[in-house]
Amino acid sequence: MGVNPIQAVGRASLGALAYIGRAALFALRGAASIFAPPWFPGQTGRQLVAIGFYSLPVVGLTAVFTGAALALNIYTGGGRFNAEQIMPQIVALGITRELGPVLAALMLAGRVSAAIAAEIGAMRATEQVDAMQTLSTDPFRYLIAPRLAAAVIALPLLTVVADTIGIAGGWLVATQTLGFNATTYVRSTWNFIQPWDVESGLIKAAVFGFIVALMGCFHGYYASGGARGVGRATTHAVVSAAVLIFAADYLLTTVFTHR
Amino acid sequence: MSEQTPKLEWRGVAKAFEGRQVLRNLDLSVEAGKSLVIIGGSGQGKSVTIKLAIGLMQPDAGSVLVDGVDFNRLPGGKRRRLYGKFGMLFQGAALFDSLSVWENVAFRLINADGVNRKAARERAIEALARVRLGADAADLYPNEISGGMQKRVGLARAVVAHPEIIIFDEPTTGLDPITADAINSLIVEQVKGLGCTAVSITHDLASARRIGDEVAMLHDGVIVWRGPAADLDRSGNAYVEQFVAGRADGPITAAI
Repeated sequence: MGVNPIQAVGRASLGALAYIGRAALFALRGAASIFAPPWFPGQTGRQLVAIGFYSLPVVGLTAVFTGAALALNIYTGGGRFNAEQIMPQIVALGITRELGPVLAALMLAGRVSAAIAAEIGAMRATEQVDAMQTLSTDPFRYLIAPRLAAAVIALPLLTVVADTIGIAGGWLVATQTLGFNATTYVRSTWNFIQPWDVESGLIKAAVFGFIVALMGCFHGYYASGGARGVGRATTHAVVSAAVLIFAADYLLTTVFTHR
Repeated sequence: MSEQTPKLEWRGVAKAFEGRQVLRNLDLSVEAGKSLVIIGGSGQGKSVTIKLAIGLMQPDAGSVLVDGVDFNRLPGGKRRRLYGKFGMLFQGAALFDSLSVWENVAFRLINADGVNRKAARERAIEALARVRLGADAADLYPNEISGGMQKRVGLARAVVAHPEIIIFDEPTTGLDPITADAINSLIVEQVKGLGCTAVSITHDLASARRIGDEVAMLHDGVIVWRGPAADLDRSGNAYVEQFVAGRADGPITAAI
């Protein structure tokens, strides 16, 4: 006998709602744990190094190539309106408001969400999370809160680096292949860019940082089914972090546009 | 009959997973200073019983009492303080791979009890010595030591903060008979030395005889027999007799 399609849709909808509810509760408890003692500054410091410092090369490389490619595309597009000269300004705006935070967050989704989900998932599979609880230590305070806090701090810092290197990538292409004057390019960028362009990108980065760590922690914490379950948790962490980053980006951009 | 409040008590506990009833109205208690071993076949709810005892799971019905206090109804902070009464040796030792041996042993001291690292390291090395591990093992990582050593480290971690109740989850599983006997001896030594209450689950009858004052058999979610460890071979209970003899035929159906 076949499955009733209405039943199947209902079951899937209920499953999705349960997932959203569980993730939302996890996020609230995780956020509350950041502010409630006991704190583990050593853990947060270690996570800052793992999430922030070790992500610098990949974020830097992504930013330089993106900035360079963006410059070329804007030069081509601007050329259709004889407006090549606005290229430095558009590159700066695109990088600071959008591409810097989004690309840094996506790199972290791949690198950090996966690593967090795999680490906490393996700890769950080998009963280390249970052991922590029996040792009078709340896993939310020791494992989850330091990762969330570190990602919220690290991603804006990485975004500053991505913004700088991304704009530098555009400058490099513009001055080396498109005939722009180096000093004029920098002056145009500096005069055009407004504090809010950078600030809005940094606010986005902090939100994305929370999403990246949250998805890694959430899927790792609820991993079940041994090695296969850890693999599944890792995949789900990366995919859900990436989707949520894009959704949050659209929402935040809408809010910032109408402010 | 003693009127003493049991150290640990499961009172009318029921637990089901996805429609499968694992524990049904489980009543079990252990007196202070006694060692109770729970035996039973695979999938009969032994692990669930101890996870409920230590608050890692919540019962669907009934209550788990520690010194007469319902563990699972306490708010988070008080419940965490109650964890301080427990020590647990996990089946796979559950050592933290990112921490050295001494940091594993001292985990509770440093992170929950606020002991400084220098003093915690000294206490960890003392605890390691009690399970016959030298100070040279202190700076190794869990992946650098054998399964037997991991169990010893897990035991040291369970006893370092002088718990009132120790839970042993399959303490000898996966160990050769000689190492298993050494672990059993250490368990008896530590439990008697600390004067604490112990609850163990095991398939290993040699271990049950060695570490238990009493043995309870769990089958189909209820206790079907309970008695002194010395009576295990003359229980007069069909379930226990089949389990002790290791026969496939009898009231217990093999879980295959």
